[in-house]
Amino acid sequence: MSDQTPAAPASASGTPPADEHRRVEAAAATEGDTRSSFGRFMSSSAGRNFGLVIALLVLCAVGVATAGDRFASTDNMLTILRLAASVGVVSIGMTFVIIGGGIDLSVGAIVALASVWATTLATQRMAEDTHWIIMVFTALAVGVGCGLVNGVLIAYGGMAPFIVTLAMLAAARGLAEIISERRTQIIEVRPLIDFVNGDFLGVPVLVWIFAVVSAIGWVLLNRTTFGRRTIAVGGNATAARLAGIAVKRHTMMLYALLGLACGLAAVMLMARTTTGSSTHGFLWELDAIAAVVIGGTLLSGGRGTIVGTIFGVLIFMTLTNVFTLNNLDSSTQAVAKGAIIVIAVLLQQRVAARSDSS
Amino acid sequence: MSVTTHRPFRRWLTTTAAVFAAAALVVGCTSNEPEEDPDAAGETGGGDEAPAGGNDEPGETVTIGFSGPLADHGWLAAVNESAIAEAERYEDIELRTAEATNDASLQISQIETFINEGVDAIVLLPTDGAQLTEVATRAMDAGIIVVNVDREFSSPFAARTTILGDNYGMGVSAGTYACGLIEDNGIEDPVIAEIAGIDALPLTQDRSQGFADALDACGQTVDNRVAAEFTVESGEEQASNLLQAAPHIDIVWNHDDDQGVGVKQAFDNAGRDEFFFIGGAGSANAMRWIQDGEMEATVLYPPTQAADGIRLARLLAQNKGMSDLVQVEVPRRIVLNAPVVNADNVDDYMHLGFES
Repeated sequence: MSDQTPAAPASASGTPPADEHRRVEAAAATEGDTRSSFGRFMSSSAGRNFGLVIALLVLCAVGVATAGDRFASTDNMLTILRLAASVGVVSIGMTFVIIGGGIDLSVGAIVALASVWATTLATQRMAEDTHWIIMVFTALAVGVGCGLVNGVLIAYGGMAPFIVTLAMLAAARGLAEIISERRTQIIEVRPLIDFVNGDFLGVPVLVWIFAVVSAIGWVLLNRTTFGRRTIAVGGNATAARLAGIAVKRHTMMLYALLGLACGLAAVMLMARTTTGSSTHGFLWELDAIAAVVIGGTLLSGGRGTIVGTIFGVLIFMTLTNVFTLNNLDSSTQAVAKGAIIVIAVLLQQRVAARSDSS
Repeated sequence: MSVTTHRPFRRWLTTTAAVFAAAALVVGCTSNEPEEDPDAAGETGGGDEAPAGGNDEPGETVTIGFSGPLADHGWLAAVNESAIAEAERYEDIELRTAEATNDASLQISQIETFINEGVDAIVLLPTDGAQLTEVATRAMDAGIIVVNVDREFSSPFAARTTILGDNYGMGVSAGTYACGLIEDNGIEDPVIAEIAGIDALPLTQDRSQGFADALDACGQTVDNRVAAEFTVESGEEQASNLLQAAPHIDIVWNHDDDQGVGVKQAFDNAGRDEFFFIGGAGSANAMRWIQDGEMEATVLYPPTQAADGIRLARLLAQNKGMSDLVQVEVPRRIVLNAPVVNADNVDDYMHLGFES
């Protein structure tokens, strides 16, 4: 109840000197006026993600220059968003876990397991008898279940997140293979596919889900006790515990939350591909972690932004799209992805160093 | 022990059988259509009688060791299953099946176990041809007949017989069929798209090369190309982007029907069907789409290679030849055909279709 107070002064006491520093820096600058407005811009939300905005704009400019209307069409934009949506939802969840000082390598495997479990014949029959919501519920429950196992082992078992989630990566995908007998399970329950794949106000439902999850994630991180506790736990677990935060329970909840996101992503992927498969979500852990880190979240925990993560996901998807529109091969794409990661993080660090000065 | 004493008799039996089989073949050719005879594609699991010929008469019992990679997709699962099913059809085969694995070192130790057990023959679909070459050579040195399936060893001394699908031929079949479609439909300046598998794999490179070469023969080139990862998810993602890249497509060839489930869904999601959709591998899904008119054709990459490998291993171990050939010995190398399956002949091939 009152345990968020230690975290609040910590950030409050951190802010004034930063402001001081920026003012000093601005005053020291030769072009006083532009500098200060630049400084003000930098401290805004867009400024904090300056490197990412630039990267995305450059990509879009390249897209427009090389592919013209094919890139700039609404259809293409919605395609990018639709493809970004499912891995985006996982990345939002991953942002919380990483800010909370953890890491989760098992997200792709959890997505696979959830998709397979929710598309078994038994589940599909139940869904046909009652409602397709059964399949959604199954996927979410499997996701949360896996997340809880991760969380309990890490928080109460005292094991390293890297190891626990590595074990979950192997086990969940293995279980998915056993359940599906390594076959692709095709969904016959059309209403589920039609709903999730449908449009609402001209925008795909998949994109709406991503938008809603992003909004919830932003509010949760920036406007609630839960978010402040997450930052406190990731910044300094011992201090957080001394301040009265139930660190173990909170850590467990973070992994369960990510599990929930994985379950939701599984539903989205099921609709997108009309299948459940043990190959779903392959290497998503790397995509999600890369998006989160590019977004400016510290791998060591304690700081991070949801907006940055969204940019991270969009940059990757736009990159793939622009490359495909220009008919470039996948090997070139991989090289460009590597370069983008490095450039975006470098830009991000420069900007962060200038605006945060911490 | 009895092997050597029976040998002359068996030779004689084989020769007679070969003569009978040759006669049967001549009769078969005159009474049937020579093309698309399902027997020619290798009948498995269809419940039919085995092809005529003395080779299927029970002989001395042979022990065959079978090791294949982990079936992480439908095609490979079908390969493993049909091999085991084939072995069960012969009462003179005792099959030892090693646990499927994607770990080359584990597979090497499995082959070592087979060598120690002294099996008569080994049918090996390696996780990686190059990595399994050394142990296969050792098996050959130990007097065990090795039949190499699908992924080739790097040394000719590592296997008695190699049986391969034709990846380059798949591309050629798809490309030639595409050329035919362009000509038959009088398409001017066609937009041709290709959805490949994993670009780093030689098999994908071979398929693409064959496709390009065949298209070149009718003056066409691939206009848009993407590579997926043989998974449904990547198929959907890459196809979605491809559709944006090309507002109009005339022909699209997707290398793999397993990823094709996602590719097809991307087409459906975007409401695009202006093109001829050609697949690859020959899954049951693809064949059903062909029956329903939702897909133009698919190019077969037979999932019966390991099953054929089992048959060849049995013949080799029993010192028989292939009754349909004049040559008394089993050939060194067999490359399977990659026929095009379309609405005209899909019913003949349906039984070869594997579930994704």
